[in-house]
Amino acid sequence: MGLKEVLKPLGAWRQIARRPHTILVPTIKREAAERYRGFHVNDLEKCIGCGTCAAVCPNEAIDMVKVEGFEAKKGDSGYRPRIDYGRCCWCALCVDSCPTTSLKMTNEYIWIRDVPEDFVYIPGYDIKGFEDKEKGYRKDKEHGLTNYNRVPMRELDPGERVKSFAEVVIGYTEEEARKEADRCVGCGLCIAGCPDRMHIPDYIRAIASGEYERSVNIMYENNPFAELCGKVCTRRCESYCSIGHEGDPVAIRWLKRFATERFSDLKEVIKVRKQEPKDKSVGIIGAGPGGLTAAYYLSLKGYKVTVYEAMPEVGGMTMAGIPKYRFPFPSLKKQVDFILSHGADLKLNYYVDPEKFRELMKRHDAIYLGVGLMKPWNLGVPGEEHPNVIYAIDFLRKVNFNEPVEIGKEVVVIGGGDVAMDAARVSRRMGARVTIAYRRRKIDMPADHEEIEGAEEEGVEIWEKIIPLRVEDAPEGKVKLVYGKAKMVDQGPGKRPKPVLIEGEEYEMVVDRIIVAIGQQADLSFLPEEIEEKLEVERGRIKVNERQMTSIPGLFAGGDVANRVADAISAIADGLRAVKGIELYLKGEL
Amino acid sequence: MSKEEVRLFIGPQHPGITGNMSIELLLKGDTITWAKTHIGYLHRAFEKLMERRIFIKSFPLVCRICVPEPDTNEENFARGLEELAGIEIPERAKWIRTLVLELSRLQMLIMWYGGIAGSMGLSTPVQWGIGDRDYILDLFEELTGARIYHIYIMPGGVRKDLPDGFEEKVLRAMDMIEKKLPEYDEIIMENAVVQKRLKGLAKIPKGWVEEMGITGPVARACGFPFDVRKDSPYEAYDQLDFDVITEEGCDVWSMLLVRRREIDLSIKLIRQIIDKMPKGEFLTRLPNVLYWKIPSGETYVKSESTRGEFGYYMVTDGSDKPRRVHVKGPSFIHGITLAERLLVGQNIADVAPILVALQICPPEMER
Repeated sequence: MGLKEVLKPLGAWRQIARRPHTILVPTIKREAAERYRGFHVNDLEKCIGCGTCAAVCPNEAIDMVKVEGFEAKKGDSGYRPRIDYGRCCWCALCVDSCPTTSLKMTNEYIWIRDVPEDFVYIPGYDIKGFEDKEKGYRKDKEHGLTNYNRVPMRELDPGERVKSFAEVVIGYTEEEARKEADRCVGCGLCIAGCPDRMHIPDYIRAIASGEYERSVNIMYENNPFAELCGKVCTRRCESYCSIGHEGDPVAIRWLKRFATERFSDLKEVIKVRKQEPKDKSVGIIGAGPGGLTAAYYLSLKGYKVTVYEAMPEVGGMTMAGIPKYRFPFPSLKKQVDFILSHGADLKLNYYVDPEKFRELMKRHDAIYLGVGLMKPWNLGVPGEEHPNVIYAIDFLRKVNFNEPVEIGKEVVVIGGGDVAMDAARVSRRMGARVTIAYRRRKIDMPADHEEIEGAEEEGVEIWEKIIPLRVEDAPEGKVKLVYGKAKMVDQGPGKRPKPVLIEGEEYEMVVDRIIVAIGQQADLSFLPEEIEEKLEVERGRIKVNERQMTSIPGLFAGGDVANRVADAISAIADGLRAVKGIELYLKGEL
Repeated sequence: MSKEEVRLFIGPQHPGITGNMSIELLLKGDTITWAKTHIGYLHRAFEKLMERRIFIKSFPLVCRICVPEPDTNEENFARGLEELAGIEIPERAKWIRTLVLELSRLQMLIMWYGGIAGSMGLSTPVQWGIGDRDYILDLFEELTGARIYHIYIMPGGVRKDLPDGFEEKVLRAMDMIEKKLPEYDEIIMENAVVQKRLKGLAKIPKGWVEEMGITGPVARACGFPFDVRKDSPYEAYDQLDFDVITEEGCDVWSMLLVRRREIDLSIKLIRQIIDKMPKGEFLTRLPNVLYWKIPSGETYVKSESTRGEFGYYMVTDGSDKPRRVHVKGPSFIHGITLAERLLVGQNIADVAPILVALQICPPEMER
């Protein structure tokens, strides 16, 4: 140590000629990095109020609050996140777990106010001036905390499918189901989409944690046809799924299918508490999903229940209408047997006519009508009465009941709904070449897109914008469909474009059978006159109140005959609502 | 306490103390005759909080256990969960993590280098240390989205990939820091005052190292080649070429030498990492974090922080929350066991340099 060590530190004076490290804020504004985690912004239109951000927030800085003057859209809770910046730690877990990617962070970090309340606000609603900032922390969809990719469902090969009526969908393995169920964030928006308000997040979470028995029990709280819904439900819930906005919605239907299929004996699994027997009796006309749902819950409540069914098998349309490759008979039998094991009486081949109806009105304290829509709509074109023109629901019923039915080698199906797809795919399985003729475009078809895809995979051809004009006889026992083409005319925003016939052009095709699948209507001819007079019917459907009671006290109705949303889950929901209505009615409270 | 002694508290509000803690001293003249460390000024119950939180919610919490060097906590916590849940992370994630850990070590060491001078009243290098550290914080800001609490190393990998051109920016920053270091050396290492005061100060008897469980640069200054990066390599350290730095002096000067050489080592390692960084995926998809359950198990994961061996002992019971998380910070030993004995016999004026040399971080003692 010497003089050198004394003088060396003086080198620090060199700094005096150098530029300082510091930035003179606010004279010079420093912009934060591209992915800086600063104040939040939220796209209120994109946000659906699922609350995942609030659920994942480690500091409980996020509350979901009602936003004034903001109307909730479909699949939207109407709530929006409000962030308390006194609690926020800027971790951006909320951003990474936002299913719709509406919640983002800007790279803005300076915001000065003297009122503490100003730091609790709803991003996107309370305008702070940095809403348009382009830089800031964003969710990267592949690496965020939401799993957008559905576990694919294994299906039979299309070439294999058309050879038999074997079930097309193979089903998830346990590992696949748990993985798929784990994608659910538990927001519960799907419940609003389900007509029956099933407890979807609860049973999905139970599946994810391997508690299958509990899962099925949750389903049976308000749906005794869980397995049916697991196979053929129209799954409105999935269109409400928060993950579906940016990815594949959780496969709610397939998960339900997985859980229910695991148990062959429902009696060992479903824990029910049967109430004391009551001296009131309820008659249920029509053993479809709605009627049997009512029968199940009414018999659990101790009522004497009798179900009257005109067909030789129970199940209504699920038995007669849905093809077996979608919904095999043993599955229906398993569910129906369990429902009936709780004491409901079943009368098959019991066709109700006006006389019998009067008798039933006397015999029972309340009646539930779940007769469905059994009469097909006609095409309304000349020559329709040709013997080679058949109706899809008759055709499907005959096939399902193993009755002989001949369709030849060439078939055209008219219609674009699920029944049309069923008729087409069944025809393929019977060896015919099938064309679907629809008056609108493929994208306008009301049928489930998976059904349309399935039909096409199996070799069904889809012709768009076809308007049948007349049916004529053709040689060799065939039939000729004369048709025109349509153009789509815009009907304004929010409305489906209308097909309008292009005049002056006519085409024809010669086929073995024309299968008409353009919808069904109610057949209420079994009602006695005095009832029919008093019964209010609105545009072809029986009018019911919020408890499913018709204009006649004690007469309840549900399912397709009363509900314009003609699907199984709506019928089940109606049956469940009617149970409460019937119970109140019988107590004299309705 | 005899009549000749004076009781004196250094801290919790004292410029010479290394955080929110206090050391109670008995002084005979200028000489310390007894010392006791008092903690409790910033107890936030991290460990207990974690038991009540789902795993993902602890991820933004753990970084707060040590403010200047949060990444060690993030990395340990993530690695512990990965081990318990059986999650394999991508190779690139390991390298990015290693890069973050070394950058974090470097910024901490630079700040410390200025800090040790500050503890002797040389306030110029303190400002330099803080200033040059900011260039690394700029890198962190660009990489992670935050300057201090990075919340970046998450279970499964890292949250985001390196931004475009990040590697060059790191290398540029390394060049700049390396160019600046001789100027630091001039006023610290080559300063007569520093040399006179620190050489031979607070000599640690070699026996204490193993007896007390002293780790990190303090142990290495006593000639013990303890370095978790070498002894039980984690992340990508096994693929890096480096030697453990040791000194034999056992005094504060040796601790200074070790840390100064470690600044060079960190820069060397960062260059190696940038050079060897593989391409590919950087994050493994986790199960749904809102419901993530981890099977029963226990593990101890450790890493080399700037201050010594940092460890997480974690127990899970199959639920969605940890049964127990115990954080082992090196400051617990250095700040309580060692400091209380080491200070006895020292001059009151040397308390600050000794505490800085031990690099005590109070939040590690109070989890």
